[in-house]
Amino acid sequence: MTLGTFRYERPSSLDEAIRQAVEAPGARWLAGGMSLLPLMKMELAAPPALVDLAGVEDLVGVRERDDVLWVGAMTRHAELALHPLVARHASLLAAAASQVGDPQVRNRGTIGGSLAHADPAADLPAAVLALDATIQVASPRGRRGIPAGGFFLGPLMTALEPDEVIVAVTVPQRGARRQAYRKRPHPASGYAVVGIAASLRWEGDRVASAAVAVTGVADHAFRAQRTEALLTGEVLTDALLVEASGVVTDGQEVWGDLYASAEYRRHLAGVTTRQVLEHLRADG
Amino acid sequence: MPSEQLAPTRPGSPMGQSIPRREDARLLTGHGHYTADVNRPGQLYAVMVRSPHAHAHIRSIRTDAARAVAGVAAIYTGTDVAGRIAPIPTAWIPPGSDLAITDHPALADTTVRYVGDGVAMVVAESLDSAREARALIDVDYEPLGAVTSVADAMREGAPRVHEGVSQNVALHWRAGSDPSAVDHAMKTAEVVVRQAIVQQRLVPNPMEPRAAVAEFDAAAEALTLWVTSQNPHIHRLLVAGVLGLAEHRVRVIAQDVGGGFGSKIACYPDEVLVAFAARDLGRPVKWVEERREHFVATTHGRDHVDEVELAGRRDGTFTALRVRTRANLGAYLSTAGPGVPTILFGLITNGPYDIPLAATEVYGLYTHTTPVDAYRGAGRPEATFLIERLVDLFAREIGMDPVAVRSKNLVTEDRFPYTNAFGITYDSGRYHASLDRALEHLDLGAFRSEQAAAARHGRLLGLGVSTYVEMCGLGPSEVAGAVGFQGGLWEHALVRVLPTGKVMVMTGISPHGQGEETTFAQVVADRLGCALDDIEVMHGDTQLVSMGWGTYGSRSTAVGGGALSVALDRVVDKARKIAAHVLEADVEDLAFREGRFAVHGVPDRSVAFTDVALKAHLAWSLPEGVEPGLEAEASYNPSNFTYPFGTHMAVVEVDPDTGDINVQRYLAVDDCGPRINPLIVEGQVRGGIVQGIGQALWEGGAYDAQGQLLTGSLMDYALPKARWLPPIETDFTETPAPHNPLGVKGVGETGTIAATPTIVNAVMDALAPMGIHHLDMPLTPERVWRAIQDARTTAPAATGGMRS
Repeated sequence: MTLGTFRYERPSSLDEAIRQAVEAPGARWLAGGMSLLPLMKMELAAPPALVDLAGVEDLVGVRERDDVLWVGAMTRHAELALHPLVARHASLLAAAASQVGDPQVRNRGTIGGSLAHADPAADLPAAVLALDATIQVASPRGRRGIPAGGFFLGPLMTALEPDEVIVAVTVPQRGARRQAYRKRPHPASGYAVVGIAASLRWEGDRVASAAVAVTGVADHAFRAQRTEALLTGEVLTDALLVEASGVVTDGQEVWGDLYASAEYRRHLAGVTTRQVLEHLRADG
Repeated sequence: MPSEQLAPTRPGSPMGQSIPRREDARLLTGHGHYTADVNRPGQLYAVMVRSPHAHAHIRSIRTDAARAVAGVAAIYTGTDVAGRIAPIPTAWIPPGSDLAITDHPALADTTVRYVGDGVAMVVAESLDSAREARALIDVDYEPLGAVTSVADAMREGAPRVHEGVSQNVALHWRAGSDPSAVDHAMKTAEVVVRQAIVQQRLVPNPMEPRAAVAEFDAAAEALTLWVTSQNPHIHRLLVAGVLGLAEHRVRVIAQDVGGGFGSKIACYPDEVLVAFAARDLGRPVKWVEERREHFVATTHGRDHVDEVELAGRRDGTFTALRVRTRANLGAYLSTAGPGVPTILFGLITNGPYDIPLAATEVYGLYTHTTPVDAYRGAGRPEATFLIERLVDLFAREIGMDPVAVRSKNLVTEDRFPYTNAFGITYDSGRYHASLDRALEHLDLGAFRSEQAAAARHGRLLGLGVSTYVEMCGLGPSEVAGAVGFQGGLWEHALVRVLPTGKVMVMTGISPHGQGEETTFAQVVADRLGCALDDIEVMHGDTQLVSMGWGTYGSRSTAVGGGALSVALDRVVDKARKIAAHVLEADVEDLAFREGRFAVHGVPDRSVAFTDVALKAHLAWSLPEGVEPGLEAEASYNPSNFTYPFGTHMAVVEVDPDTGDINVQRYLAVDDCGPRINPLIVEGQVRGGIVQGIGQALWEGGAYDAQGQLLTGSLMDYALPKARWLPPIETDFTETPAPHNPLGVKGVGETGTIAATPTIVNAVMDALAPMGIHHLDMPLTPERVWRAIQDARTTAPAATGGMRS
């Protein structure tokens, strides 16, 4: 498995990166390379040019800015998993990042790369959905923010335009929430057979608001709206827990594969959701 | 005698010591020399074009665009090599099996027969050029219907893999007791349990994929072939034969090989093609397999559908066994392919149990799949799995604990050598001692109480047991001939002592992870009294090593070590004569201890072995009739196979909500005879167990109906991960093999053989209260969950073993 031939650019600023991409039609952004390079090795992608973002300072770092947590697109999974600001404001993002792939992948792979790739069984899409995060992007036309809820469109499909690059992920700081991410990895690939990200805001023993996102079971990660609606404003009794978990994939076309059929995946999504909710209830 | 010989002959002997492997420093620091590390001046690079179809006619192959790529030296298709490369042969023709031998062309001529079948080879100045050209080769296929499973292969109207092979039957083989006697026993038995069992296809995945580099010296008409081989001398024989080269002008080198597990025994089309191209083009040619290519182009393992019946009495005694197997051989007969599901399987289906009547019947079938050959254990895991599952089903049927049923039927110590119903003779064994040892570690009564207590809380705990015996240390050459193996199974060793007393050992085995560079040095150091550092163990080069049959079938130390031991005896005998001459004493009066020959009772009249070595080489004064130099070789042909055995136990918990299986304990008590290096034995046992558990829980090679491999990468095919398993507890009993010089039995495959049924038996024990008695592997969470779902809606009596 060797890579074919391609042009390689290594810009040191965002402006330079965007300009280089414009000058090389068909160029792909190279972040950690944990998804793109395997595709190229398998001859499933053959971009004529790669614009390597590793040297772009504008994309690095984790900061508190105004009312948001700002996570640079080139932040590696390993850094996300351990960063104190991420732990404070978006602990489920840290939890999800700590379960991506293996240590080598976590040391190379980035949040921007993972979101742009939009693998339907990746961990971070569920995390940014449950956090109501915004994907900040830049292009020759300027900058814009794409809400996570509108970002994932299908398998390996996002709302990114071809010339747009992810600059950062911003997570609103909205006070205390209990958060968790739980995953059942595929025994070979390590991708999520089911991954559940949940963030609950409590008022006393009631759930004031609930965000529950699911990855691995449909063609893209999604928010479990029926589950959220059932939980909101309610005391999380055992009965409600079972009911809310049971509808986590409602309205979704659940997919199956050799390892886990659609029926079993749906079941697992329910079991995993129940485990996450039980954990968040006990974690008070 | 063997135990006496294995006992260290001097204080401080390395024999029986856990010495870290001498090869590790080299291998772990990137200084190994693997085939892919070989680069020859002016070498070209080869890539293969492989069929994307399981079965298709090749209408045409257009190569003009590919030939135009800069740097392309040659493109070969089946038409180009037809008549210039003989068909790739099988080396195992089981007698009485009516083996339907079909041509296996190095490159497909007009028909491709599996996804991965070779269609063309591109040779170019660089790997990039070769790959670019490969993408431009246009093969026009006419896809045909495919058959991938043995369940379908014999069906009326099933697509045929080879012209003229009716019902795709490659072989039909029987062994054991008179079938009518077995039938009668089944019909009249108090209890019969029956089960259909699928033993799924596995894809061997050594860390190093296959590779070959060939260089041809036209002036000398000599080929040098570096190849990932477990048996370079067999490769020399087969490659020379297929290419019409003189065997003495073919040198095969397999220096460091990164694991094989059986998949590097076979002679594949690839190394033959590379050698052919090197000769044809007059330049060295290199080919390195890619991992995805490996999944389809390297032989697979297992893939059985078995129907098995065990008859006996209500007191727990077995009376008869019948095994009927359909084994998938894939699209072509691989080198050892036909021998694996027959000889290596069918002669030991009774396991360690005394079953008076036993019969095995096997259909080996062609399918449109990757050829199947040896995979760690090769036939014996399949045999062990069947009998171990049956014993548990039998125990459940009569309401006896599986441990008690085993104890009742294990061959007792006084019966050895024990000849089973298939006519093979187990050398030595203390099966009950092994079972008892395991029970010392795991309190059966306490576990059953814990299991019952857990059940009251809805938790499913299970205990699995496997008492196994393996036939290995392959083997007596007369038997090899009698069972149709087209080679010998003896072994060769040469021990050369240099003037400084340093020792070179050349062995015909070809270790590729088993550690014989260390264990053989331990044997030499013990016997000659020298330091390990003074010994070099060499292997894997046909120019260096006179002859050998390689490393597989847990034979290296039992057979190769036997040859080494005999050669060492000869070296010591000669040295003793020279020492007697030096000391002016009678040969009989000399003792050899701690590296010195000394006259009995006169300790100061002694001479060091190293001095003897020097004097042997100087030859200034040698005794009458003694030639100069100090070296000896030996060819050792064992009189029997070896039969390691043991008892494995596992405790698992099944999550009824998800079907998840958590292995809580794993205990292995093995007996491989005396252990030369307990650390290496431990490594072999653990690695083998993990591989065996892999089959039970995670691994499975699956084809779709069109013959596409659905598990064709490490993203789909689940190899075991360390974090999924508990620490493995090991213990050993030591029962020497009475017939080989070191008394050793072999330990490379035992873990794999024992672990698979141990785990499955444990899961079935956990699920038994729900009326589930058998599930096929791998026991994925979904499969277990579904069985639980089904059981909750079905009457328990409807599943599992039946009484006749």
